[in-house]
Amino acid sequence: MATEIKRPSTGAIQGAFHDGTTPRTGPDSIHPPLDHVDVGAGTISATVAPPSVGDEGLPHETLREMYRLVALARAVDERMWQVNRAGRAPFAVSGQGHEAAQIGAAFALDRSKDIVLPYYRDLALSLAFGLTASDLMMSVLAKAGDPASGARQMPAHYGSARLRIVTASSPVSTQLPHATGTAYAAKLRGTGQVSLACFGEGGSSKGDFHEACNFAGIHKLPVIFFCENNRYAISVPQNLQMAIDNVADRAAGYGFPGVVVDGTDLLAVHQVVKAAADRARRGEGPTLVEAKVYRFTPHTSDDDDRTYRSPEEVKAWRARDPLALFEARLREVGALDDETLTEIKGRIKSEVNEATEAAEQAPFPDPTTFDRHVYAER
Amino acid sequence: MVQAPERSVTAQLTDDTRLDDGGMPQKSLVEAIHDTLLEEMRADDRIVTLGEDVGRRGGVFRVTAGFLEEFGEDRVLDTPLAESGIIGTAIGMALNGLRPVAEIQFLDFIHPAMDQIMNEAARIRYRSNNDFSCPMVIRAPFGGGVHGALYHSQSIEAVFVHTPGLKVVAPATPADAKGLLRAAIRDEDPVLFLEHKKMYRLIKGPVPEGDHDVPLGQARIAQDGTDATIVTYGMMVHEAQKAAAEVAQETGASIEVIDLRSLKPLDEWTIVESVKKTAKALVVTEANGLCSVASEVAALIGEAAFAYLDAPVMRVTAPDVPATPYSPPLEQAFMVDAEKIGAALRRLIAY
Repeated sequence: MATEIKRPSTGAIQGAFHDGTTPRTGPDSIHPPLDHVDVGAGTISATVAPPSVGDEGLPHETLREMYRLVALARAVDERMWQVNRAGRAPFAVSGQGHEAAQIGAAFALDRSKDIVLPYYRDLALSLAFGLTASDLMMSVLAKAGDPASGARQMPAHYGSARLRIVTASSPVSTQLPHATGTAYAAKLRGTGQVSLACFGEGGSSKGDFHEACNFAGIHKLPVIFFCENNRYAISVPQNLQMAIDNVADRAAGYGFPGVVVDGTDLLAVHQVVKAAADRARRGEGPTLVEAKVYRFTPHTSDDDDRTYRSPEEVKAWRARDPLALFEARLREVGALDDETLTEIKGRIKSEVNEATEAAEQAPFPDPTTFDRHVYAER
Repeated sequence: MVQAPERSVTAQLTDDTRLDDGGMPQKSLVEAIHDTLLEEMRADDRIVTLGEDVGRRGGVFRVTAGFLEEFGEDRVLDTPLAESGIIGTAIGMALNGLRPVAEIQFLDFIHPAMDQIMNEAARIRYRSNNDFSCPMVIRAPFGGGVHGALYHSQSIEAVFVHTPGLKVVAPATPADAKGLLRAAIRDEDPVLFLEHKKMYRLIKGPVPEGDHDVPLGQARIAQDGTDATIVTYGMMVHEAQKAAAEVAQETGASIEVIDLRSLKPLDEWTIVESVKKTAKALVVTEANGLCSVASEVAALIGEAAFAYLDAPVMRVTAPDVPATPYSPPLEQAFMVDAEKIGAALRRLIAY
């Protein structure tokens, strides 16, 4: 009575899509204009935030702390690449060029209670919410001390329940509906928390972006959708990602404001996100903020950006490095001088060296723990 | 390796199914689920329910009828028609202190939410090294036999069983629906709660009042037997019992029927102990057979009870066809039923 098994017919599977002969086509090299932020002539719905002036009324101490975090993020980021290139870390993905936008946004929130849902470029944001250089180097070097995942995830998948940095995955934009949910819970429970979710312009193509914004708009939830538009989704330029100039224009379709801001201008971002957070706390609903930035590095340590953008383009954008711009601004308003700067840079250097040293010395995860925490353990 | 559970549940649960019904209210499956969710929401204001048509309409199958009136719009959400958004939002709610019970209107429509379920909900605890958890329930009607055709009949539970981090249950009785839903809501991890839509109003039974709990991961012996074991779940428990009764009458054979109730975690102990006793096993699912729950149970029996077997492990499953067709003769040809189970059972008994 055993089941009869038929011999399969042989022969290769033929299929038009399997011959591999179709040549891949790609865009011509794109050289975006550098004349400040191009906010798009053809679209009208997003508000364009003006450039910041002066010190925006912030105490100099706060300005210096902002600067310290931008510079620390840059230093940790550069160290991640160094240890990767030295063969001591399998992978690096960074946020160089995004730091000022992230710190501007972070300082506009209440870092003692608000919730952030970062993506993989949010190193500076994560530092501002309480992760340390040491935490990040543990992750880069795949050590047990990585607070985000015990080195289960690749580096830059930030997370800490204690710090209200929501655990991140690799698929893009899945965190956006989560932000809608954390904001819904905050509203229902009356916690007064604002949720801020970050993503790139590539991530705005995903259905989850739409579903999250739509839901949040309907319920006027205290959430900020923070797009860090760096013009490339790995290699794909913005004009092949969307037919509009500003992601923020899409906010009109969800019934809440969209604001475009120069993401290299920390204080301008701070102002815009502060207004969005105030709006959220007043119960007026979400805001879509689009910070125009530029990614200085390849997508990851496994990418070669020379295959899709010119060194001249990168160089031109580096001339508008947000770290240098913010330093110049703080000198202008008298919040930084040579002495303070030397002191801050010295502290950062030791901090990153100590973090690297500590992570190098730290133990790897115990291999017998690989199957722990699939489910709650009793 | 099959480990013995800390306590033997078989006897207790066998007793449970044979309780004197006197005094216990008889409820349909849909009533049991409705009443249980209602009681749970009354007892715990962290619970919110969200999904398409769950509010004003009270659910297309009426599981949440009256909920909007009692709990209000804040806790009973008619969502936009977007499954990934429903599950993704529910995950965020769970991350910030709520206990969401999300309804996907038909399991057939859950596919847009697979990224959120498999990459997010299922992996949040593991990927954060236990720093975060995602306690939520996803309710979804599944199963065929209701002329629902390709997109209102699917049984794709195996995909979820294959995903570490999720739990999957499929009650076959109103009492188990109550016990399992309570356990699912109280669980600290995401649970997919499958409701066989043909059973909603067809299957009625006694439902204990008060704190009736059925732990996740414990099968139920639906009927005792000594000559062969049928392992199944959902609507097929009833079809299997019908087949077993007919075959028993014809041949005098004594058939044990195991209702898995919980597909993940699987009650390996109860399955293996039963097969050791009867030496013959028939595994039944109305899902497609390849890489199904039935495949897993058959493999388990092969690995853990091979020496006890007097016959090859047999399976009755849906064929490798994309899903239930609409026209009744086509649907009948596709569906597993008591007749097909009976035919296999007769061959197994005669082996």
